[in-house]
Amino acid sequence: MSQDQDAYQAAWEAAVDGAPMREVPFETMSGVPIDAVYGDGPFPGQYPYTRGLFPAGYRSRLWTMRMFAGFGTAEDTNLRFKDILRNGGTGLSTAFDMPTLMGRDSDSSWSLGEVGRAGVAVDTLADMEDLYADIDLSRVSTSMTINGPAAIVLAMYVAVAELGGVPRAQLAGTIQNDILKEYQAQKEYIYPPRPSMRIVTDMIDFTNTEMPRWHPVSISGYHIREAGSNAAQELAFTLANGFAYVEAAIAEGQDVNEFGRRLSFFFNSHSDFFEEIGKFRAARRIWARWMKERFGATDERAMMCRFHTQTAGVSLTAQQPENNIGRVAIQALAGVLGGTQSLHTDSFDEALALPTEKAARIALRTQQIVAHETGAALVADPLGGSNYVEWMTDEMERRAEAVFAHLEDLGNGSILEGVYAGIDNGYFVGEIADSAYRFEREVNAGRRIIVGVNEFTDGNEEGQANLLRIDSETEEYQRKRLETVKHDRDSAAVARTLGAVTAAAEDPSVNLMPPIIDAVESYATLEEIVMAMEQVFGTYVEQAIV
Amino acid sequence: MPEEHKIRVVLAKLGLDGHDRGIKVVARILRDAGIEVIYLGLRQTTESIVSAAEQEDADAIGLSMHNAGHLVLAPAMMAALDDADLDIPLIIGGIVPDVDVPVLQAAGVAAILGPGAPADEVVAAVRNAVAAAAT
Repeated sequence: MSQDQDAYQAAWEAAVDGAPMREVPFETMSGVPIDAVYGDGPFPGQYPYTRGLFPAGYRSRLWTMRMFAGFGTAEDTNLRFKDILRNGGTGLSTAFDMPTLMGRDSDSSWSLGEVGRAGVAVDTLADMEDLYADIDLSRVSTSMTINGPAAIVLAMYVAVAELGGVPRAQLAGTIQNDILKEYQAQKEYIYPPRPSMRIVTDMIDFTNTEMPRWHPVSISGYHIREAGSNAAQELAFTLANGFAYVEAAIAEGQDVNEFGRRLSFFFNSHSDFFEEIGKFRAARRIWARWMKERFGATDERAMMCRFHTQTAGVSLTAQQPENNIGRVAIQALAGVLGGTQSLHTDSFDEALALPTEKAARIALRTQQIVAHETGAALVADPLGGSNYVEWMTDEMERRAEAVFAHLEDLGNGSILEGVYAGIDNGYFVGEIADSAYRFEREVNAGRRIIVGVNEFTDGNEEGQANLLRIDSETEEYQRKRLETVKHDRDSAAVARTLGAVTAAAEDPSVNLMPPIIDAVESYATLEEIVMAMEQVFGTYVEQAIV
Repeated sequence: MPEEHKIRVVLAKLGLDGHDRGIKVVARILRDAGIEVIYLGLRQTTESIVSAAEQEDADAIGLSMHNAGHLVLAPAMMAALDDADLDIPLIIGGIVPDVDVPVLQAAGVAAILGPGAPADEVVAAVRNAVAAAAT
């Protein structure tokens, strides 16, 4: 064993080739020196990456502790951003309010009561100017969590950067832009699936040629899981959506090695510890195999499933909320042992409201405890080789492959067509609702124990702690701001650029991004641009099935 | 109300909020308990809900809210029911902090079901609200 381990470690050292490591002692609390990786077979960093994407694991660099934030007006969020940057952060993560996510302006009747509540409100380029005011966009990376109107928000980001003298080619960041999971889970769609997919492939193409540092899609299982799926369904549906984007982009003549390098993923980490770890390991292996064998990728970077992880919001209980700190810690550790590239930890009070500052700090501290106190970051894939974890990894893969086979069947050999068909025939929403109901019945019957909910309920009578409240002044302020912008702009230019967006929507051979950038620069509103495309694309209404 | 009357409940998501896991689970819980459920789906307006409640001769309306809009949307729904002269109990489910419960009750909401409410509590809330409205 020890001879084998010596050989494995020596081969690993050759693989990392003198790359710099973090300056921490690589030993246990008792002073036992430890190697970077244990076992046999492919290392972390070797195809198919079951054990991780990089040979050094977290020895050279910890995961990115990326916490998601956004509230109120653009100016409020701008202050929070500057605070993050002053404290050494280099990444900004933007949460938008519900009307923005749905492509509605703050003065729409649909927006009543929702403006600035769950994120920042963006109606026009003027809000984007406030949001990123006095921030050097060539030096930060920005993550924007938006899907339906993603093209418009990306156009606003490009416009605001170029107004500040930063060329689009220098912009680094990610836009979620994963429209397929919206029909399956999160339900923030605007247009039907096929025109929406055209917008996504236009964005992939546009960023390929003009924004080489931008990640145009973050393929997200998080929302699928939150909507009620189990771990295997989250894995299967997410990777199937990924295959669908790859098929669509290849069909548009794009190079899998080019765009494949810039796709990334976003998973949930729930409480069933070993199942989650198996899921993360299986995700890397499946993605690598399909990208190489099915889609012909030859660049290793295009085979790598890079992912962000967030702990499971849906697992947080309103009962005895402090218990959630324990849940989040376990879920965070699963994400780390699963090899995530970045992590958001939920705050214990989030079953009831947006987090208070103290709760958000505890959530970040939980990651820091995992990183610096547990030793989990010293060894790459420490659970690799465990009979149970390896079996679970294989089992997750088997279950996902069964779903892929079903979708291929639905799509006559095409995963893309299979995903469209599964959206049309209610397969995804049905599977997700069934799993959610099964879970609820198990909890109701007492077969599954949720601490503080159906067992160990002493303490539930305590009153709720302080919760963050967002006042409704934001809504009034934002509506007035929009009125001023509309009054001051050149309405002829707005009409002309919106007409060009509609014309581009009518012609599939034209990329939508340039006319959308022109429209945002004329201070056309988010909703006006959404409507300019809606004339051509139509809207999507989900069948109400329970 | 005669014993054999089957309770009919209109369930809907009012406004932009797309979180529909809870309301779908509630729909199945109510059906399993012998209550007739008419689920309108996402992105409903107060008008569409009033009109469905009238057409379906509903005994109660259940709305699910997860985006902190309940203090605006629940009173708006009550006002729409008043305008239409519909005396049907309104039940709100979802994320409602304790401090908001009396506010919603004062606005006329018949029952509020928070996160983790067990199935029997959900069913009882509907039956009690309908029974109270009938007296």
